[in-house]
Amino acid sequence: MSKSGLFKSSVGRKFAMALSALFLMIFLLQHLVINITAVFSPDTFNELSHFMGTNPAVQFLAQPILIFAVVFHFVMGMYLETQNRAARPVSYKNYKGGANSSWMSRNMAISGLVILAFLVLHFIDFWFPEINTKYIVGDMSGMHNGEYRYYEELLHKFANPARVIAYVVAFGLLALHLLHGFGSAFQSMGQNNKYIDGLKKFGVFYSIAVPLGFILIAISLYVTTLN
Amino acid sequence: MNLTLKIWRQKNADDKGQMVEYPISDISPDMSFLEMLDVLNEGLVAKDEAPVAFDHDCREGICGMCSLHINGEPHGPDRGVTTCQLHMRSFKDGDTIYIEPFRAKAFPIIKDLVVDRSAFDRIQHAGGYVSVNTSGNTQDANSLPVPKADADMAFDAATCIGCGACVAACKNSSAMLFTSAKVSQYALLPQGKIEASNRVQNMVAQMDAEGFGNCSNTGACEAECPKGISLENIARMNRELIKAKSAVKH
Repeated sequence: MSKSGLFKSSVGRKFAMALSALFLMIFLLQHLVINITAVFSPDTFNELSHFMGTNPAVQFLAQPILIFAVVFHFVMGMYLETQNRAARPVSYKNYKGGANSSWMSRNMAISGLVILAFLVLHFIDFWFPEINTKYIVGDMSGMHNGEYRYYEELLHKFANPARVIAYVVAFGLLALHLLHGFGSAFQSMGQNNKYIDGLKKFGVFYSIAVPLGFILIAISLYVTTLN
Repeated sequence: MNLTLKIWRQKNADDKGQMVEYPISDISPDMSFLEMLDVLNEGLVAKDEAPVAFDHDCREGICGMCSLHINGEPHGPDRGVTTCQLHMRSFKDGDTIYIEPFRAKAFPIIKDLVVDRSAFDRIQHAGGYVSVNTSGNTQDANSLPVPKADADMAFDAATCIGCGACVAACKNSSAMLFTSAKVSQYALLPQGKIEASNRVQNMVAQMDAEGFGNCSNTGACEAECPKGISLENIARMNRELIKAKSAVKH
């Protein structure tokens, strides 16, 4: 009889993938809400950014959990993908995956890796400079020339059209990843019940609305820099 | 109908194997796919060549023996049928048809199109049963009331014929649909609930040990299943396993 731990089984590992995915989806929503303020009220964006960047609970509790969730989701995803590939050592000469499943459901590893590449760019753009300013230079004021620096720094980054295009492409892939991932997460947690149809509809809305929101913000900031 | 068949030929488990092309003519659209292969084999035997080995038994869609990955899909292009229920009218004159074995590390090839699906038997042996001890006072089954909805769901799960199309269709060669159908058919009934915790843990452990892949919830298995086994069974198995593993041990 097998009495090993939950996360040593294939089902348990998928459950862990789903839990980390749910956490990341909640984080995305929170990130979007704050970023939207950059379009409508730069002052609010500055204040929220300063709060998130200096609040000890956010910085030293939420942020490490978030980084752990991202790393875990990536490492576990790659581990499962490796196992999956090993499960079919000789592939079909003629394989019609499109006849029975969607492209995004079969290519979560590809969309996931594009999102990871985007995260590297995103960290180089924002996270590393923030960590440098706050914890290496030691400037926790969030000020530059007597004003909050966050909105100006954001605008400066989005003045580059190549960056805007990279962000738009990455969010397109994020939408595809979410379109399968949202419903899949609930299935992996065993939640295929009377609520699943409603949840899936909400999932489609979330998967399109959230990345689209980020895309519109990036384009809107770029347009602002043109004026 | 005149067709070109591209068939996987492999002498034994150790042979590398390759696709071999066979032209075939005068095929009736009313033939089943397996009858078409019978005609091919008669021709090969007449020419003193080795016939193509393929699995078949009842030829009426209930035994689960026939397999075959036909033109990129297990059991061919039609839905809700086994290969023996697939007819040549589903193809057009002049078509090229690819015929390959079900591909999975856990389903090793024995010869040509015949694969060893005994991994499914071992998953079943790990817990796909209800222990009935020969105590001499076995209870009448009808004395245990079962809600109609549960009975229907258990019956639907039990219609799985263990053909392996789910594994063949899945990009990960995952056996989750098969295993979950077998877990569900017992988990839904009062007789099966007593051993539910050990059953799901042992069957999933055996499934993992056999080298099947993980479930990505693509739904390919459900789409290709000749018996229409639902993905709800996989969710139920996930629930059962999470519950069993999280339970306080006494």
